[in-house]
Amino acid sequence: MAIAKVLGIETEYGIAGGPEADPIIASSVIVNAYAQQGRSRINWDFEGERPDMDARGLPDLTAFAPVVETHLANTVLTNGARLYVDHAHPEYSSPECRTPLEATLYDLAGEEVMRRALALANQSLELGQAITLYKNNSDGKGNSYGCHENYLISRALDFNHVIRAMVPHFVSRQIVLGAGKVGAETESGRESSAGFQLSQRAEFFEEVVGLETTLKRPIINTRDEPHADAERFRRLHVIIGDANMSPFATMVKLGSTSLLLAALEEGGPEQFPGLPRHPVHALRQYALDVSLTHVEDCEDDVSRSAWDFQDQLWRVGEQYVRDHGPEAVGPEDEVNVVLEQWRIMLDGVRDDRATVADRVDWVAKLRIVEGYRDRYELKDDDARLQAIDLQYHDLRPERSLAQRVGLRELHSKSAIREAVHNPPGSTRAYFRGRCVEKFPEQIVAANWDSVVFDVGAGPLQRVPMLDPVRGTRELTGELLEKSTTAIELLEALNR
Amino acid sequence: MDATKGDQLKADLDDLLDEIDEVLEENAEEFVRNYVQKGGE
Repeated sequence: MAIAKVLGIETEYGIAGGPEADPIIASSVIVNAYAQQGRSRINWDFEGERPDMDARGLPDLTAFAPVVETHLANTVLTNGARLYVDHAHPEYSSPECRTPLEATLYDLAGEEVMRRALALANQSLELGQAITLYKNNSDGKGNSYGCHENYLISRALDFNHVIRAMVPHFVSRQIVLGAGKVGAETESGRESSAGFQLSQRAEFFEEVVGLETTLKRPIINTRDEPHADAERFRRLHVIIGDANMSPFATMVKLGSTSLLLAALEEGGPEQFPGLPRHPVHALRQYALDVSLTHVEDCEDDVSRSAWDFQDQLWRVGEQYVRDHGPEAVGPEDEVNVVLEQWRIMLDGVRDDRATVADRVDWVAKLRIVEGYRDRYELKDDDARLQAIDLQYHDLRPERSLAQRVGLRELHSKSAIREAVHNPPGSTRAYFRGRCVEKFPEQIVAANWDSVVFDVGAGPLQRVPMLDPVRGTRELTGELLEKSTTAIELLEALNR
Repeated sequence: MDATKGDQLKADLDDLLDEIDEVLEENAEEFVRNYVQKGGE
């Protein structure tokens, strides 16, 4: 049985400028500017963080395990999200959502949070110190940072089956989801002398499976930190994606991956296309091939282009919905939109790119890069083309190119504004966000699976939330509404 | 693709490129060179 595909997306933003041009200081200025203007001054609670746990069971002692940084700016927002400094970037981790469309809304809310934080921060800085933010994944000089997706999967699922089923999707989905990149920046990428790649991230991946996220990045990341009841759940942490500017691309990214995970839980790995014999090679070569014709040999003795993989995977998703219904992923109308848009994007990139330039990021970017190059007869390595790439992802409204290329909108501006402030009602993020909104003085810390209260008398009280689909509006809305103080709320919960 | 549709696409792109000329950082070389990130994740 497929379980509810609770999901979310976390994005590290590129950052430049700020005091002393130090990215850690600039990131702190961004996070603090936002946290201090609102009511959200709640600290993140690091109890239970185990990013070194490996889904394959035995910890890999040779791996460079991620380190949790506890001293940097870190806060919980009233919409249930986490806003913090991760290494040298400001990061927004969306609240847990129940459907791909909802998770896309909260990703857009994160962009809006960053835009507001940027405006607030720059008001307090001198002109020469102004900060700029970018929703992208590389600096064009060999440094990459991530946009990670998280999906709730069943603990009963054999992790080897996850690898077997999902590697084909993760190497090939870039043909509809890639954010596009001018040039190449790693040793292997530069050998190709590529003028343009489908994906920002592909050339940074070196392994098929592993625990790392910053070195020797793997196609399948094995971090096993469910932030939920570990007996029942895993959280699949997907690190291979590009941050998308197109909301349709974000929705199809989350929707297609959710559908395939549900299909795997329901029907096992045999329905999936055979793995490429050399997945890392396939990932990189597909990225370098804007013609989409490159084929790779697969373990089932078939040669496939990335398009062939996606075509077959779309059929797996479509068949799953026909046989088992859409419920694990979302309501019927939403899941139908995911399948329909995935199909349109897939056929569009092959047959008529002009029809999908309003929803496939790399197509939108390539159109202006080539247009500009041809207009001024520029060489492929002209800095103006790289500036176009960078400004595609620029969050400053007066510089953003993504805002100018005509990307289709998925959610209204008012829905995004609502989501900046209010949590989704469909998961435990509702309880977290509403508590932060209502009882900011009594909450000492919060994290994904608990909220900790200090009501003055007696010890701190931790409210655990080990099931992501409890703590919803339906289950806790009335209780939260009725409780005028944190003490009343805790008493009611303890009854 | 018929000729009218092709002309329309070209005209749309020309307008867009004009707009990009207005908002593109004036010193593209310096702008691109100064954008250096520490890795993350």
